[in-house]
Amino acid sequence: MSQAVDAGAAPATADERSARRSALARLLARPEAGSLAGAVVIYVFFFAVAPPFRGLDALATILYASSTIGIPAVAVALLMIGGEFDLSAGVAVTSSALVASMLSFQLTLNLWVGIAVGLLLALGVGALNGYLVMRTGIPSFLVTLATFLMLQGLNLAITKVITGNVASPDISDMDGFGTARKVFAAEWDLGGLSLRISVVWWLLFTAVATWVLLRTRVGNWIFAVGGAQASARAVGVPVRRVKIGLFMTVGFLAWFTGMNLLFSFTTVQSGEGVGNEFLYIIAAVIGGCLLTGGYGSAIGAATGAFIFGMTTQGIVYAGWNADWFKFFLGAMLLLATLLNLWVRRRTEAAR
Amino acid sequence: MSGTTTRAPLVRLTGCEKRYGTIVALTGVSLEVGAGEVTCVLGDNGAGKSTLIKIISGMHQADAGTYEVEGEPVRFGSPREALERGIATVYQDLAVVPLMPVWRNFFLGSEVRRGAGPLRRLDIRFMRDTTRTELRNMGIDLRDVDQPIGTLSGGERQCVAIARAVYFGAKVLILDEPTAALGVKQAGVVLRYIMRARERGLGVVFITHNPHHAYPVGDRFLLLNRGRPLGTYAKGEITRERLTTLMAGGEELEQLSHELEGTAAADAGLGRVAEELEQDVAGLSGEAAAPPEQGS
Repeated sequence: MSQAVDAGAAPATADERSARRSALARLLARPEAGSLAGAVVIYVFFFAVAPPFRGLDALATILYASSTIGIPAVAVALLMIGGEFDLSAGVAVTSSALVASMLSFQLTLNLWVGIAVGLLLALGVGALNGYLVMRTGIPSFLVTLATFLMLQGLNLAITKVITGNVASPDISDMDGFGTARKVFAAEWDLGGLSLRISVVWWLLFTAVATWVLLRTRVGNWIFAVGGAQASARAVGVPVRRVKIGLFMTVGFLAWFTGMNLLFSFTTVQSGEGVGNEFLYIIAAVIGGCLLTGGYGSAIGAATGAFIFGMTTQGIVYAGWNADWFKFFLGAMLLLATLLNLWVRRRTEAAR
Repeated sequence: MSGTTTRAPLVRLTGCEKRYGTIVALTGVSLEVGAGEVTCVLGDNGAGKSTLIKIISGMHQADAGTYEVEGEPVRFGSPREALERGIATVYQDLAVVPLMPVWRNFFLGSEVRRGAGPLRRLDIRFMRDTTRTELRNMGIDLRDVDQPIGTLSGGERQCVAIARAVYFGAKVLILDEPTAALGVKQAGVVLRYIMRARERGLGVVFITHNPHHAYPVGDRFLLLNRGRPLGTYAKGEITRERLTTLMAGGEELEQLSHELEGTAAADAGLGRVAEELEQDVAGLSGEAAAPPEQGS
């Protein structure tokens, strides 16, 4: 109480007033502002043209579709803010799910063992990506393109060798399935409305990432390594550790998404996940992340994923041909990129 | 030299030598700077200025000669060690992140935190207020320390970088060509700032190739040419004209000025530009030489 009074009374200068007046301006200057406005427009649009879109059950479906993109997109956004790319994120989702299910199935282990090994593998791939990028200076686009191809090949080949098939075996009757499903793929019935746990996880990860980015030292470092790596190093930021950590975060959330898929569907197709890495990147970019790094937000990435979810489902609810979806996605990406470009020009105008 | 102070100088190099393989980058160079003094290091490109900076800042070690900090011989293994002794270097690229707010840049790498455990977080209010106060103390009044540092002018950014070094306990500032990429007015801002740092009792090593920037603020001038000292002068011992001519390229500057005057007759517009330039330079040195009234 007294603190609030102090703050109001002591520095009652011109500075204070101008700061207060610019609160709206400051909101508009946030990276996610454009995507939030876009989300509202798209919501209103589908609300108007597609009656089935208006129900709460539709919203639940949209949120679930958004969460499967949104969870890895949070990590991809952090990585992009840190100035790097990860093209292997999409297949890493499938890899972790395949490892978790096939390892447990073949060795008849508790599923949690497979889950843990899958996590180690995903973190390892992330660490390898990060280490190679930092050690060699090869752009992360190329390094992760290579790991993307290698993982894709391993997914297909190993699954074929082990199961003689393109899908992992059904694990629904194995030890640990019940508890794992509760953690990764629970579904609650809220008065006829089914809410998936992945939506909760998605919002939680977004909140944590936002807090880390804006309120912690590591967050400061992420912006710095992405915005000006040499400068960050010069003032003592541990650039290599930050970036490797970011790649491992992508690995972690890719693994989490893989577990969600595995325990939702009990089996995984070995060819799945290809192309999803672009959806994660698109969500991050629509949400205001600069491709060049140093700028962006986790809330923006979540909003980008939500826009993705609304559009995929909205087109279905509106009864349109789903072929239109890609066009919409492309148009939004273009708009978002133009907006970002404008933002960066403005901030760097004085350079 | 002016060695009238009883205390040992903050930084003293004697007979410094540095070789890269068979190439002698620096030889026989001595330099000192005391508290509240500005030592200017002048030289054209390739004179050995950057090698000298690297030795003082702890990035490299001299192959011969001594390096003393406050009278105590030192041998720095890294810039961090030099920083711990209060020797801070502000490089030309300033080590700032353009897209980040001013206050985040100010504390980058030395963030102040509060709370404990997983809730340990940035003390944003403290850092914001400190940034504003520190900059105001140095005569820069920013409306908003939340604006990206990239929106500041080159001179202001330079000043933020210097203020940062001062705040984090620098006793000696090494400034690597702080005015090189700046316009006349902006350079004036930075020169005034160097004077402020001096008034606060810091030692400043000001590296530049511009004698017009060095002369008004310097107490001592070390001229380098191809890795060798051309001479060390106290302020009273040398005139601005002499300093200019001694600098490599001094004659060329004179020639260029004549050429400009010649062309001015033919082209009125260019003549005006040359005139304005001259006035600016004159006004600038006047301001910088008489700084105490400004602001404080």
